[in-house]
Amino acid sequence: MAVKKNLVTNPKWCKGCGICVAFCPKDVLAIKKEKIVIENPDNCIKCGLCELRCPDYAIWLEEEE
Amino acid sequence: MSEKRFKLLQGNEAVVEGAIAAGMRFYAGYPITPSTEIAERSALRLPQVGGKFVQMEDEIGGIAAALGASVAGLKSMTATSGPGFSLKQENIGYAAIAEIPIVIVDVQREGPSTGLPTSPSQGDLMQSKWGTHGDHPVIVISPSSVQECYSETVRAFNMAERFRVPVIFLMDEIIGHLREGCEMIPPEELTISNRRIDRKFNGTMAYAVQEGNYVPEFAPFGKGDHFNVTGLFHDLDGFPTNDNQKTDSQERRLLDKITKRRDRIQKWEEVECEDCETMIVCFGGTARAVQGAMDEAKKQDFFKIGMFRPITVWPFPEEALNKIIRQNKHLRQIIVAEHNDGQMVLEVQRIVEGRVPVIHLGKIDGTTITPEEVLKKIEEEY
Amino acid sequence: MPSKLIEKTLRVNRLPHIWCPGCGHGILMRDVAQAIDNCGLDPDKVVIVSGIGCSSRAAGYMNYNTLHTTHGRALAFATGVKMANPDLTVICITGDGDCTAIGGNHLIHACRRNIDITSIVFNNNIYGMTGGQYSPTTPHGEKGTTAPYGNIDYNFDIPKLAEAAGATFTGRCTAYHAPQAIKLIEDAIKHHGFSLIEGMSVCPTYYGRKNKKGDSVAMMNWQKDTCIDAKVASKLPPEKLEGKILIGELSRDESKEEYTDMYMKIIEKCGGNK
Repeated sequence: MAVKKNLVTNPKWCKGCGICVAFCPKDVLAIKKEKIVIENPDNCIKCGLCELRCPDYAIWLEEEE
Repeated sequence: MSEKRFKLLQGNEAVVEGAIAAGMRFYAGYPITPSTEIAERSALRLPQVGGKFVQMEDEIGGIAAALGASVAGLKSMTATSGPGFSLKQENIGYAAIAEIPIVIVDVQREGPSTGLPTSPSQGDLMQSKWGTHGDHPVIVISPSSVQECYSETVRAFNMAERFRVPVIFLMDEIIGHLREGCEMIPPEELTISNRRIDRKFNGTMAYAVQEGNYVPEFAPFGKGDHFNVTGLFHDLDGFPTNDNQKTDSQERRLLDKITKRRDRIQKWEEVECEDCETMIVCFGGTARAVQGAMDEAKKQDFFKIGMFRPITVWPFPEEALNKIIRQNKHLRQIIVAEHNDGQMVLEVQRIVEGRVPVIHLGKIDGTTITPEEVLKKIEEEY
Repeated sequence: MPSKLIEKTLRVNRLPHIWCPGCGHGILMRDVAQAIDNCGLDPDKVVIVSGIGCSSRAAGYMNYNTLHTTHGRALAFATGVKMANPDLTVICITGDGDCTAIGGNHLIHACRRNIDITSIVFNNNIYGMTGGQYSPTTPHGEKGTTAPYGNIDYNFDIPKLAEAAGATFTGRCTAYHAPQAIKLIEDAIKHHGFSLIEGMSVCPTYYGRKNKKGDSVAMMNWQKDTCIDAKVASKLPPEKLEGKILIGELSRDESKEEYTDMYMKIIEKCGGNK
């Protein structure tokens, strides 16, 4: 059985640079009021590129327990 | 292996033997006259005792590598002379604020810049105290014989470990290149301070001190404490802080650990100071000429001369000097003999506060002060 | 509540870090942390040494033995650490100014000795901490606060410099190409000898603004368009490589013995190991 992964954010650490938004291949993310927002969670393909490129560790994929 | 207990050694060589006896297992440096023999003998001797030697690309690299090795748990030393001593200053300050034990040998040569590389001098006395920027603690020890090069180096390492400070071993070319018999006191007969390596911080409070103490215990890297070492002002946990109160308390503790415990650090020699008419204050190689002058004076029925010789030059043995001035009612003058244009004399004048005249006998031509010059000065000033 | 990797490898109570919004250093630091974790190293035996500058603040955030030293001297301190205890994995995080200007001498000599240290240069092409002065990697003609009329210095190619000086593993990665960067840093750590990785960062605050490079996204898009993997490049004709920057593993030499290994042999020869 494949492990289920969820996209999680920590707006407190987000500095609103927009890197994750720009490089998300499925337009899942947005910056609102200078903070990260998961706008279209259903589009997410769990590629994890946002996590790899977030300079502030404010977004990541978490494995479901 | 049966080693001879007494050996004919050069001062520079005795420093290395004393260091190894004290537990030095790392040396990094850069060749420079007149200290190079220290590097050469370290290169030869260290691997024989399982220690390590690296000739670095420059003087700064020398002290930096020695500090790195110290953080990783080895007693470390570097040696140099004037120009190199200037280059090492920034990292002496780093050792002071990060509290990393290290011994730095400076075999002084004459003049600023390249100066006279092979001639004796004591012109780095003030630099040894104030060389790096900012208020900082430092211990400076100056030997006057080959034997002291051995035994005082042991003490230098002990002080570095006990107080977690840079200790400067301030030699001069006279003592560095002097050959004398030296007793190779084996480590088991010496008092040796070692770092406690069993301390666990659990990643916090690496710079916290136990009550009544001034010096935090120091576990080397690799023992499980993921602590941070930095040259920035830091909190008790070792991480940078801009807090003014914390800055003040760290700076105070750094200074207090030396000044408030100076009685455990200061060491000096008094020769016939209790009833002399002229007391000569001197240190390092200059003491040899003063001793010669005293011997000569006795033969000639000359004035009564005493000698006060700080072995720990910083912190200066101020209380001891004061005591002599208070108690010796025959004292008419103090002559400070040193191979510079007047450095220790400033400290002596500060302490004496005009109670007796303090006169300077200096020399800055690259030759040594002779016993005759000492006697002549006494006569002139009398 | 950060990700498992961050929780495991960084000092979470020190975060968020001091770097500006969009600074590539955060990405590169994560790459280093991921690479260390991928190598399966015992964190007690990992030492991070850094110098002074934006890059060098990384040490304080990483949950290992960390040594934040003086400007330019990280590799000299690291040499002492590694010599004192060769069982430690020593990783240097330094910057373009720290490593190749004030620390340039230590860099070339650490390369020459082939001591087993992994050095990662977070290259943001500028002195960030002091506010945007040109560095040895600011491209010729570009601007800095101390090059208001354009930089007339020619810039270093850091991996080439390191290779020429004797580094036995060199490579380059970017903030954009994070997966490749992690693999490259992993390989560099595993390499037994001196390895140097140039990590191309992005500095939108100083270098970017001063030179009208746009924001971090624009600068990372430039990395995406300009950089080409060295293996791919080796199969392409020269005209296709014009203006391109090679990334990935750039050189490797397994023929040279490592420095501390050689020194341990000296100790053995002298009987110092008994």
